[in-house]
Amino acid sequence: MSWKNAFSSSVGKKIQMALTGLFLVLFLVVHCYVNAMIFWDDNGAKFTEAAHFMGTNVVIRITEIGLFAFLILHIVQGLKLWAQNRSRRNTRYAVSAGNATSKWYSRSMGILGTLILLFLILHISAFWAPNRASQTMGNGELDLYAMMRDAFQSLFVVVIYVLGCISLAWHLVHGFYSAFQTLGLAMNKYKGIINVVGVAFSIIVPLIFALMPIAFYLHWIE
Amino acid sequence: MALNSKIPAGSLEEKWEKYKSTCKLVNPANKRQLEVIIIGTGLAGASAAASLGELGYKVKTFCFQDSPRRAHSIAAQGGINAAKNYQNDGDSTYRLFYDTVKGGDYRAREANVYRLASVSANIIDQCVAQGVPFAREYGGLLSNRSFGGTQVQRTFYAAGQTGQQLLIGAYQALERQVALGNVTQYSRHEMLDVVMIDGKARGVIVRNLVTGELERHFGHAVLLCSGGYGNVFYLSTNAMGSNVTAAWKAHKKGAYFGNPCYTQIHPTCIPVSGDHQSKLTLMSESLRNDGRIWVPKAKGDNRKPNDIPEEERDYYLERRYPAFGNLVPRDVASRAAKERCDAGYGVGASKQAVYLDYASAIQRYGKIEVNKQGLSNADADTITKLGKEVVKEKYGNLFEMYEKITGENPYEVPMRIYPAVHYTMGGLWVDYELQTTVPGLYALGEANFSDHGANRLGASALMQGLADGYFVIPYTLGNYLADDIRTKSIPTDHPAFVEAEKAVSDRINQLMNIKGTESVESFHKRLGKIMWDKCGMARNEKGLKEAIAEIQALRKEFWSNVRIPGDVNEYNPELDKANRVADFIELGELMCIDALNRNESCGGHFREEFQTEDGEALRQDDKYMYVAAWEYKGESNFELHKEDLNYEVVHPSARSYK
Amino acid sequence: MEHYTMNLTLKVWKQKNKNEKGRFETYQVKNVSSEMSFLEMFDVLNEQLIAEGKEPIAFDHDCREGICGMCSMYINGRAHGPWHHTTTCQLHMREYKDGDTIVVEPWRASAFPVIKDLVVDRQSFDRIIQAGGYVSVNTGNAVDANALPIEKHMADEAFASAACIGCGACVAACPNASAMLFVSAKVSHLAMLPQGSPERKERVTNMINQMDKEGFGSCTNIGACEAECPKGISLENIARLNREYIGAMFDGGSQNAK
Repeated sequence: MSWKNAFSSSVGKKIQMALTGLFLVLFLVVHCYVNAMIFWDDNGAKFTEAAHFMGTNVVIRITEIGLFAFLILHIVQGLKLWAQNRSRRNTRYAVSAGNATSKWYSRSMGILGTLILLFLILHISAFWAPNRASQTMGNGELDLYAMMRDAFQSLFVVVIYVLGCISLAWHLVHGFYSAFQTLGLAMNKYKGIINVVGVAFSIIVPLIFALMPIAFYLHWIE
Repeated sequence: MALNSKIPAGSLEEKWEKYKSTCKLVNPANKRQLEVIIIGTGLAGASAAASLGELGYKVKTFCFQDSPRRAHSIAAQGGINAAKNYQNDGDSTYRLFYDTVKGGDYRAREANVYRLASVSANIIDQCVAQGVPFAREYGGLLSNRSFGGTQVQRTFYAAGQTGQQLLIGAYQALERQVALGNVTQYSRHEMLDVVMIDGKARGVIVRNLVTGELERHFGHAVLLCSGGYGNVFYLSTNAMGSNVTAAWKAHKKGAYFGNPCYTQIHPTCIPVSGDHQSKLTLMSESLRNDGRIWVPKAKGDNRKPNDIPEEERDYYLERRYPAFGNLVPRDVASRAAKERCDAGYGVGASKQAVYLDYASAIQRYGKIEVNKQGLSNADADTITKLGKEVVKEKYGNLFEMYEKITGENPYEVPMRIYPAVHYTMGGLWVDYELQTTVPGLYALGEANFSDHGANRLGASALMQGLADGYFVIPYTLGNYLADDIRTKSIPTDHPAFVEAEKAVSDRINQLMNIKGTESVESFHKRLGKIMWDKCGMARNEKGLKEAIAEIQALRKEFWSNVRIPGDVNEYNPELDKANRVADFIELGELMCIDALNRNESCGGHFREEFQTEDGEALRQDDKYMYVAAWEYKGESNFELHKEDLNYEVVHPSARSYK
Repeated sequence: MEHYTMNLTLKVWKQKNKNEKGRFETYQVKNVSSEMSFLEMFDVLNEQLIAEGKEPIAFDHDCREGICGMCSMYINGRAHGPWHHTTTCQLHMREYKDGDTIVVEPWRASAFPVIKDLVVDRQSFDRIIQAGGYVSVNTGNAVDANALPIEKHMADEAFASAACIGCGACVAACPNASAMLFVSAKVSHLAMLPQGSPERKERVTNMINQMDKEGFGSCTNIGACEAECPKGISLENIARLNREYIGAMFDGGSQNAK
């Protein structure tokens, strides 16, 4: 099959979704690891050290470009698939099966993904964008720890973040398994372990993320 | 016209080999100019279309279903016979041939049956090559099981879905030819007439069932692979759409109808539950391997089956046929069930059923299992539990099906079963080349009368359909078309096409204009009842004569009082059905005429006047060793032609299962 | 099993043909026996309608024993109704009780246009098979059936995939109207057998291309297809199709794919 065929077919597009999705999962691991440094409660010393490394290391910065490319591909392809799949049934059913035949979150990847996207826009414009802007303009890195601490004093912001994490968790519960299924790896033999790891990941990582704004807000860390 | 069966000369073994090496051939360039029309896409039709497409003919297939894959061959459960002798148990082409002739109660043509047996092995090879997933042993080789009426294991199977897997194999081969452009496929199209030009079949008139339009299609030859006519009984194990229309139109255009009265009644079907019943469901014959069949000893016993003690049960098959017991052939088991029910011993609400009981099999398997597991003091509950597990493993899917339909749990309560119409051995008369009495018109599979005589053995229908389509017609059709290579495609504005289309259209308009009060379904049910009561499992002269009169009256009523809603030019299933039922009514009359003519009992035809003292079938070989081929001469007027059956190799004897 | 009769309200989709708009029609059916099959209940209703001089409801059906794949009703939101591993023709009325309202719709998918009422056009499935759902072997070319042993578990799995009846319930049930379970069952069946192996790469490529062309949605691994499949075709087939596809993607040789 030609490469064009491979990437333009419905299965090819799904493979792109799976691969970019798994890359984003890896990113979540790194992001979570770095940010979890705040729980040392050392006034952000370890966190700032790690953030400095992430923000200045050449390899990481190049990977970051890839990350954005994949993220955009995942979003664009996902939204396109969502719109296309909706158009495959011109007349909708009067009565739907609801949860009798499938899980709500598996049917809601488009909505959950869109919620995550909205959250990401807020999140990036609050932290990543100003920091890189400052770096680019030669003003050096910003004090991200202080920014977090300040931002998370607002209950409104904390709630937005927690909701973002919840969307992420449900998106991951289906997305993690789905990526392996699309790559043809979810055979019965491995399905069990993929599901266990997937669900554990989907709970643990968003939970750690969600605990960050909560911890600041409740002054568990200063 | 004298019937010429065109059986080649030579010994039985040589006939087909010799035919193949001496028949005329068509060169590839000419094949591309020759058009073949195939009606029906079951095992026979799909396999013929695929094989002829591969050879290079221009083929068109037609089926009334929405896809060729729906054809009713798909519902065959048990398996397909082949003389492979993989089990080293003494099978051979001759033995398969012999069993088939004997099973058919010596009413089949020897040469045809021998050919069938000799190509049977090729069928299995072909199907495996297509990817048909037959059951296999741990060593990776094909598995076999035994089936009714034989002493060897020669049945190949794919769980209880052999017909489905074989049909999908043939369907895939057909779709490949469609993709290659050799075959054009028309679904939801029904053939409504054969077009005759200069005494030869040259095309068909079909109705597009979606739009209602009539279409004309030319063909140098027309193949009817349209299946059997069991639905003349209304209730049968056939699909709802299975019909005789294509064959009947051919009959009216000059094709003789062979042995219409030979009907196979299968003993193990789920009984009728009420007037709403639309079709009957078969339970595989294999259930008789372990189940025991019984009725209460007392007439009209209304107790629940589990409340009837052992000594008050009549295991009538074991009583009457101690040697074969519950494993007697289909026709014998069916008649015995009918005899008990007619005598007033039937069970269930309708009293038209007998019990098929697994209680003793569960106990027997349970005890074996207890021994295997070394449980020395197992209580009764443990034995029953283990027994049920074994039974579930062997027959689980069948029990599940029974429970879905009846709502009763067959592990706890004996199943109720009753015989039902299953297969029709009769069909269009064909010669050795599968050609009907109309030149250029062929009949394959269940649509023809050829290979099963008066009774068909289990697992032989699939074999015949595929033998005809894959291995016989590619040769015999070439032999006919070789003389036709100079015939150019005839344009469909030829007067014969115009006339045929007009006749079809007139008949449809006539039907639509009756605007009576009674539905098609209701007429069909009434026909079915007449046929089942008087031309069913047991027939007699008086009943058959009554039936003929009743059917004639029914026909009149039908043509004056049927109500068909909707329009001609739209999707109109009621109109489709009316066309079919009108033909069934005419066929029903012919079946009764044939049954009345045949003053003997053989295989699927049991005349009450001709039975032994203990109620067994009594053949009259001196008078009826012939194929009854009926020629259509006009309304209610059929002329009998006889094709004598000469047994050169097998010597007919009485069948006994005592 | 106690038998009973019931009166029901049916809301059924009526649509004259492909081009006209459809709507729901409400019918009362009286004295339905709990022993009827779902389609027999429709027979009764149709007889009633014909007697009243009205037009009966068109629906697809043929074998009525759960194997031909012709019947296709979407009943109260469920493809083939609520019973597990069951086609519409095998669903029986003891599932319902007196006074119930049942909504019946056709399979809905752009690739399955409505022909009339509950009857849809599924020829897209035939065309997908035409794209490669076969083994290219002409009649008479076969070697002895036992020349090539096949591991029993592979043969059994191939059989499980081949059990698909092509009814289209997977498409009907899928929120994306995807045909992946149908396509994957055929791809798996043939890929697992040595006879089907030589063409496996072209097969999966061409069948997927045809599936896309017919206007089916793509698979997002929701699993409603598996839940509704009357023959228990598993999602494992889709995983296998994906593996086959990835294999074909990176293969340099399979240029026969269209």
